[in-house]
Amino acid sequence: MNFPILSSLILLPTVGALFLFFTKDKDGNNLTAKYVSLFTSVVNFLISIYLWISFDQSTSNFQFIEDRTWIEGFINYKVGVDGISILFVILTTFITPLCIISVNNSVKSKLRDFLIAILIMESFMIGVFCALDLVVFYLFFEAGLIPMFLIIGIWGGPRRVYSAFKFFLYTLLGSVLMLVAIISIYWISGTTDIIKLYELGIDAKYQNLLWLAFFSSFAVKTPMWPVHTWLPDAHVEAPTAGSVLLAAILLKMAGYGFIRFSLGLFPIASEIFTPLIYTLSIIAIILTSLIALMQEDMKKLIAYSSVAHMGFVTLGIFTLQQQGIEGSIIQMISHGLVSAALFLCVGVVYDRMHSRMISSYGGIVTIIPKYSILFMLFTLAALGLPGTSGFIGEFLILMGAFKDNFLVAVLASLGVILGAAYMLWLYKRVVFGKLINSDLKKMIDLDRSEYFILSCLAIPTLFFGFYPDPLINTIEVSVNDLIDMYNLNLTKN
Amino acid sequence: MELSIIFLPLIASIISGFFGRYIGDRNSEIVTSALVTISALLSIHVLYQVIVNQYEENIVIATWISSGSLDVNWSMLIDPLSSVMLVVVTSVSALVHIYSIGYMSHDPHKPRFMAYLSLFTFAMLMLVTSDNFIQLFFGWEGVGLCSYFLIGFWFKKESANAAAIKAFVVNRVGDFGFALGIFLIFYLFGTVNYSEVFQQIPTVVDKNLSFLGLEVKAIDLICLLLFIGAMGKSAQILLHTWLPDAMEGPTPVSALIHAATMVTAGVFLVVRCSPIYEYSPLILNFITIVGMTTAFFAATVALVQTDIKKIIAYSTCSQLGYMFFAAGVGAYNVAMFHLFTHAFFKALLFLGSGSVIHAFKDEQDINNMGGVWKKLPYTYALMIIGTLALTGFPFLSGFYSKDAIIEFAYLKGNTTGYYAAGIGIFTAFLTSIYSWRLIFKTFHGQYNNKNVKIEETHESPLVMLIPLIILSIGAIFAGFLFKNLFIGHGGENLFWAESIKFLEPLSTEHPPTWFLLLTPCLVLLSIPIAYYLFVKNKELPNEIANMNKPLYNFLVNKWYFDELYEVIFIKPSKKLGLFFWKFCDGKLIDGFGPDGISSFIKKCSIKANKFQSGFIYQYAFVMLLGFSALLTFLIVK
Repeated sequence: MNFPILSSLILLPTVGALFLFFTKDKDGNNLTAKYVSLFTSVVNFLISIYLWISFDQSTSNFQFIEDRTWIEGFINYKVGVDGISILFVILTTFITPLCIISVNNSVKSKLRDFLIAILIMESFMIGVFCALDLVVFYLFFEAGLIPMFLIIGIWGGPRRVYSAFKFFLYTLLGSVLMLVAIISIYWISGTTDIIKLYELGIDAKYQNLLWLAFFSSFAVKTPMWPVHTWLPDAHVEAPTAGSVLLAAILLKMAGYGFIRFSLGLFPIASEIFTPLIYTLSIIAIILTSLIALMQEDMKKLIAYSSVAHMGFVTLGIFTLQQQGIEGSIIQMISHGLVSAALFLCVGVVYDRMHSRMISSYGGIVTIIPKYSILFMLFTLAALGLPGTSGFIGEFLILMGAFKDNFLVAVLASLGVILGAAYMLWLYKRVVFGKLINSDLKKMIDLDRSEYFILSCLAIPTLFFGFYPDPLINTIEVSVNDLIDMYNLNLTKN
Repeated sequence: MELSIIFLPLIASIISGFFGRYIGDRNSEIVTSALVTISALLSIHVLYQVIVNQYEENIVIATWISSGSLDVNWSMLIDPLSSVMLVVVTSVSALVHIYSIGYMSHDPHKPRFMAYLSLFTFAMLMLVTSDNFIQLFFGWEGVGLCSYFLIGFWFKKESANAAAIKAFVVNRVGDFGFALGIFLIFYLFGTVNYSEVFQQIPTVVDKNLSFLGLEVKAIDLICLLLFIGAMGKSAQILLHTWLPDAMEGPTPVSALIHAATMVTAGVFLVVRCSPIYEYSPLILNFITIVGMTTAFFAATVALVQTDIKKIIAYSTCSQLGYMFFAAGVGAYNVAMFHLFTHAFFKALLFLGSGSVIHAFKDEQDINNMGGVWKKLPYTYALMIIGTLALTGFPFLSGFYSKDAIIEFAYLKGNTTGYYAAGIGIFTAFLTSIYSWRLIFKTFHGQYNNKNVKIEETHESPLVMLIPLIILSIGAIFAGFLFKNLFIGHGGENLFWAESIKFLEPLSTEHPPTWFLLLTPCLVLLSIPIAYYLFVKNKELPNEIANMNKPLYNFLVNKWYFDELYEVIFIKPSKKLGLFFWKFCDGKLIDGFGPDGISSFIKKCSIKANKFQSGFIYQYAFVMLLGFSALLTFLIVK
């Protein structure tokens, strides 16, 4: 067996966290803890880049597979990546170090514990994207809740407990059903190995119920309308780094789940429920865009815009067109970069002024010009301007949707108009206009680390906007074969 | 060499935008102006090559998106159509860059301004030289973005910010149609490349699509959707509301973006897609109607506006209408010709008005001007040239292009054609009236400004006048010189070659002589009329306005479009947003969802709490009750 690269990716952050656990926790400026966690996550990022380089793009087979018996005859610890999951692994390892750098001022107490939570979370997230066994997937998927729950509950804002419980309640509801579904799959097929299940297929008569069970879990995590209301609250209360992780990575687990499981395992049910997904996606796009227009709290606005963007993602996935699914994956990566950046942008001004209200800002462009430029860039990426990664995702999704269903594409395209309206209006109210609040004059422009983080996010946003080939080439074969397999299974039954 | 035409402005923009602080204001201005000027000279060279050697080339720069069957390249297509646009864009842009050095001399953000101008030029060049619809879309949104930046350039002004957002969002409405058009093209042809799409067009002529239960011809739908995009960008009626507001931007911006280049992108799109539009007579008719309605509507509004820039903005809107109805009657080459001449004289008028505004220290209301023609002799003369060219005074450039549009509409020989010709003539008359009104009120009569003394008004510096002089040369001679090349009879469209498609050759007949003389006569006649109304007998216009109060208000309020949109789009969206947020999310979903469940559980647990009262006799009673119930059950069973 080769070097277990995926397991090291999964375990390394946990090892870092354990190491931190045994260091002494000093309140205040705990630099050692920060350096240790930063070092761990950067090494992890480098490993994942190595993984991407040595990844073979010409096949849709799972690669770097590790298979160990965990419970004899029942669960195997099995991990591997294909073109679809590898991008999410890299997104995770890329965002985490940036998150760690960003926890300067926002987290006042128990910095060490906060970093431990972030590292553990990284482990779980990578686990979710690598898992090739349903039980392993489920464990990572659900375990990811715990650090997030703690991050919101301990380091959150004034209504943190309410938000944390709301978050927990929603996600738990879906998860229970998914667990039942996984157990029944084991009863039906005798295995929880995803590759074997792909080959065996699942009997048509069970698919609908199983699909719905998985759907209930993914819909909450996406979040899809109408189970999205936990997201704005969670974001508003979470500390900046928590919001970033939540928006950039946690939400992507569901999109990934839809592609991997709903399409992969239950094609017949997916076909039946496509209208449902379309309807909910369209509602999410239009409704939450309108809601975003009226928000007074910057974080809530971006949270609602996330719901709208994820609406595009779910729409694209179920078009079952090459462009649609590839668009969805790129949209998820892009949203990972852009929403992370937008939450960081809010964090920057929040750290200085301690207000998230749009009305307390205005006219800050001359005071903090560097910030204004970067914020503008991400605003434009969020509204899908050509030349940013946001455009590639949205455009491909709509293109795919149009092939499948005119009306859906037309309605979803309305979201593009609204997206421009709420993002530009937000930017105008925060950055342009007359300076009324004279306290704002004391604001300091981006410091070195903030500048570094936002630039790190800006570069790929622009790069993939002009040259998305590296992303598309990675996923092309896997998506193509996924669609072929889907159609084959449909005709077989 | 060809690529440097596109990339020099981009480099200029990067230098000025990112390093402007380090190299200084003056150097940023010099670098951007110089690079764009070089780009303009190269464009002229390319156009020359195209004219003389029939030079054509399609350069692929790099791949952009390749997903499944979708293949999109970054590319540069040089053909007659794009080479004409190259010259228009780069030359006007170069002149505007130079002019801005003078005009913006008091502004603290010069490098930023120059960077935006150059970036705009780059985006516009990407738009015109694309060989596929998606790069076109990239340029399309790119120019929209630069327009947004430049309209909102004075970011402290609330009205400028509002106008910038309005411009972007209204354009997005157009882009919505445009994007759907591209999706439909990809759906039908599996490609977005012009040449491949145009080749396949004849195969789908009879194809029908059903949409929402309606049977529509696929070609009509494509044409309609693309045209919606064009309407947004070119400010045609219904989607025109952003253009007058866009005048909040600095005047050089209005000249470059909102007169000469960006707003003509819609016309360019229709002409570029002539191989598609030729197969859709229905939508061509629609374009004619929209074009002439816009031409007429904007001219009527321009009659009563008092802001010098808004008058010219509505005039632009109206002239764009002319271009569209030229395209609508199938005379694409004439539309391009008018686009070409219009770029010169409209940029001239805008920059001239900028010179006037400069002289009056940022006064824009023509009621507060007047009597300064001796103080601003050059500006005055140049504005007169611009006005003569715009109104179609014989032998200036507008004369050739505008009259050709009216002629071709007439020669079209169908009902829409006659209507269009009629409205075209009447609008030409209105154009003449409002243009002379502007001149007379600005330069003649008595001096009306209270803030600036007449002695303080001054002629603009040379750096502003030279671009004006160059443009005025274009405004005088462009029509005469390029007439044969662009719309020459006989030798049918040798110049345009394959870039414009005509299913049937355009009519080569001439309309009757009385018809040919009609427009020039009206135009000549309008000068004394305007002079009488706005200089001699100034009370008369007011009396007319007072007599027809409702009509006057209707015009002053721009046919109430803004108010209408406020009522039917903006307010309802905000109300809906609030409703969905407070009621749907707050009351319904949270109320019955997590909050409802948690309060329900709370209630249950309070009830359950009451059982544990701690009194032995209550517990004993419950036990007894249970015991007897169990016993009863067993016995009955």
